[in-house]
Amino acid sequence: MTLEIAFFYLFAATAILSAVMVISSRNPVHSVMFLILAFVNGAGIFMLAGAEFLALLLIVVYVGAVMVLFLFVVMMLDVDFAQLRQGFLQYAPLGAMVGGILLIELIMVAGSFLVAPEVAGSSVVPFVEGMSNTEALGNVLYTRYVYLFEAAGLILLVAMIGAIVLTLRHKPHAKRQDIAAQVGRKREDAVEVVSVESGKGI
Amino acid sequence: MNELLLNYLPVIIFIGLSAVIGLALLVAPFLIAVKNPDPEKVSAYECGFDAFDDARMKFDVRFYLVAILFIIFDLEVAFLFPWAVAFKSVGWFGFWAMMVFLGVLTIGFIYEWRKGALEWD
Repeated sequence: MTLEIAFFYLFAATAILSAVMVISSRNPVHSVMFLILAFVNGAGIFMLAGAEFLALLLIVVYVGAVMVLFLFVVMMLDVDFAQLRQGFLQYAPLGAMVGGILLIELIMVAGSFLVAPEVAGSSVVPFVEGMSNTEALGNVLYTRYVYLFEAAGLILLVAMIGAIVLTLRHKPHAKRQDIAAQVGRKREDAVEVVSVESGKGI
Repeated sequence: MNELLLNYLPVIIFIGLSAVIGLALLVAPFLIAVKNPDPEKVSAYECGFDAFDDARMKFDVRFYLVAILFIIFDLEVAFLFPWAVAFKSVGWFGFWAMMVFLGVLTIGFIYEWRKGALEWD
């Protein structure tokens, strides 16, 4: 138990420190790296809470994919580091407001467990001893929450089409390999025997 | 300590070991390597050349497209895991729910293929 608590404090402290570094480091690429560290520590906390599937999903999706996207965005922006710093104080009140709202929401969520402790027991996903985390999620995701699940699919479709529409620019005269045309080519189309009279061109 | 976390104890040990080895490889050259810098020694060697400008240039937007398409299919696979684990208990309804989901994403995949988003140029 003490080892668990020690790991919790290790993960929590590292997560908070790296979150502070995300907003305070000068180089945006370093910010992204610290965000990765924060996500990994968040995954550690999920794991300690017993949410095995979510912890690994956090690493696979956020660390593996979303962070790559963030890195590309940061690299695409061609950022002027000095210029970025200037607006910091200007945006600070707005950021503090968003942070404050999040804090109030968290307190309200945690408070509901204090006010009504039976809330946790009446969860729609009953906790069954011996059932793994992934199985418990799978049991409700594809039956009870099927509409939300299909909506997630539609959102992914919209994201895919949107990304293609926004960023796909083909060069007008790029030469591409068309294997069907290549294989379907016949000798008659390509080679011709011409008898040329001597002394004359074609 | 519960059983779930005990299963992941080797992972923590492994991360700790790799951190130690990685740090040792970084720190050891500072401590034990012989250093006698000389302008000729630190200059670019023969066919190398000094950098023309900063490496921090703009990236092509096509990398972004590849990354976002990767994320979408990554999420699709992430949805497949709990489905596969709970396959017996979700029954035919769950099976067809997943087939509709995969069908929707296949529409996107066909669109992507036909538009040539998977080709580099």
